[in-house]
Parts: sequence; C-alpha cells; structure tokens
Amino acid sequence: METSITATCAIRGRQIFLNGTLLFEAPEDTAADLSDFLIAGYRHFGVSYPKFFKMDVLSKLAFLTAELLLPKAGLQDRLRPADIGVVLTNRSSSLLTDVVHQQSIAEPASHFPSPAVFVYTLPNIAIGEISIRHQLTGENSLFVTESFEPAMLVPYVSQLLAEKSCQACLCGWLEAGLTGHEAFFYLVENHASPAPTPRPHRVPDVELLYSQPHYS
Amino acid sequence: MSTLIEQLKGQIIQELNLVDLQPADINPDAPLFDYDGLGLDSIDALELTVILSKYYGIKVTDPAQMKKAFFSLATLAEFIAEHQSAPVAA
Repeated sequence: METSITATCAIRGRQIFLNGTLLFEAPEDTAADLSDFLIAGYRHFGVSYPKFFKMDVLSKLAFLTAELLLPKAGLQDRLRPADIGVVLTNRSSSLLTDVVHQQSIAEPASHFPSPAVFVYTLPNIAIGEISIRHQLTGENSLFVTESFEPAMLVPYVSQLLAEKSCQACLCGWLEAGLTGHEAFFYLVENHASPAPTPRPHRVPDVELLYSQPHYS
Repeated sequence: MSTLIEQLKGQIIQELNLVDLQPADINPDAPLFDYDGLGLDSIDALELTVILSKYYGIKVTDPAQMKKAFFSLATLAEFIAEHQSAPVAA
C-alpha cells in the first residue's frame, strides 16, 4: 500500500514550524531555558492542559509538537483511536530527567526523591503523554538511536501500516539532551489521506523534510 | 492554622509544578483530587507525602488514614498540626 507524509511539525532552537511555516519564534531571553521556551510556546498557542506544567522537558517537547500537528490533521475525525500509532526515536533517552533524579538522591542526608520527577525517567512516557492527550491507543514505540535514522524508521512504520497495525502513524525525532533539543514529527497515512499535497513516505523524502524544515 | 495553610499553598505550588496557580487561587476547603478543586492525581498524592516528610518530618505509615487528610488543604493542615512533632527546615 502506498503511504504518504501528510503533515510535519518541527521545534528547533527557539523556533516552531508547522508544515514548513514558521509559527512561533521565542525571544532570545526566553529561549535560554528549554522549559521556559516550551511554556512560552504553550501560552502563545493558547493551549489549555494544566498537566503540561508537570511534565519533564522531553514530554513538554513531545506534547507541544504533537499538539500543533495532530488537531489540524483531523485524524481523530477519520480514524479510530486504535488506528493511530506513534513511533518516535531519540538519542539521549530521558537523560535530563535522569540527572535531576540522580541529584535528588545523591545526598543521603537530604534524600527526597520526587515521584513526579521519577515517573519521567523513561523516554516513552512522552508517548504516553501524547496518547493520553489525544486518546490514541494504537501501536507505539520509542527507539534510542545515535541520530535520526529515516533508513530505520521508514521501513518500520511502513510495515506497521502494511500489516494494518495502524492506519496512520505519528513519527519522528524527539531529542532533549545535554547538548540541545530538537523535535521533528511527521504524520504518515495510507493513500486515502485527504492532505492537499502529500509526499511519498520514502527515506529520501523524510531526509529532505528533516534537513529542510522550511520546506512546504 | 491560617499561616500553615498559606505555607502549604506555596509548597504545593512549588513541588507539584502548579506554575499557573497563585496561592490566592487555592480554596482551602476545595477537594484536592477533584477537578472542581486542584485536580491532583496519584503522582501528586505521592508528592504530598514527600512534602509531609521533607517540610514537616511526618512519615506516612498508614496510607488509609491519608484519604481523610488529603481531602482538602484545610484537612491536610489539620493533619500536620496533629502529627508534627518538630518543625523541619524547608
């Protein structure tokens, strides 16, 4: 079955793009801290979901990217929750939160590990937050890889769609680590998608979209 | 008691990352675990037990008794007042 990329959303540096269009650019003073930048984006887009503030930065990054991509795609109007999958990859796993948790237990005299921090010491919790928000119950996975690898991700997602494990899949790269952050999500659907300008779901196309977030 | 309630408001906002809330927004008598109140969840309940230990030196040994204590900010303050033996540095 032919599959298509029907939408993209990227958060890089202090900029947020939807389908190649720059939607939001945070002031430099806000962008110095990733959490502050993501909260600024959350407020800019008028999102209302109080649990966002309790999330770690990886989940905040995932949540905001999906929040901009999924409602506009209208998937939930066309598909059952079980037909929408999520497959993400990243390099640093949940390292930033792991460090926060480790620091909270480093000193036996002030040993107060936070349950709210500990719960985010797995990267696939970010997928859980997306799934809870958008009521997605389809196949989901998070793979830790050295870099964004369309050559691995595209065949995997194509197989999910081919064997009808899902009819659409939110895919991409979700990285928040010691050296920076980046989210690049794209939506893959079968050929019946109503997107006006779908792109083939092939490795070169994903590589092009990833390397050129301004592309539309 | 009102001082303790105001102190708890600040600690809950900080420890539970309720950054959109101001202390004045929290009704001491509103249910903590209800969307008509603060809308806290099970992880927040664990955080509350950490607050009790960290700031008030109270170890929760009987989770069943916490259902009543965790009903509202006012009941939590009452529980602390009854069980706190000595102040713990914040």
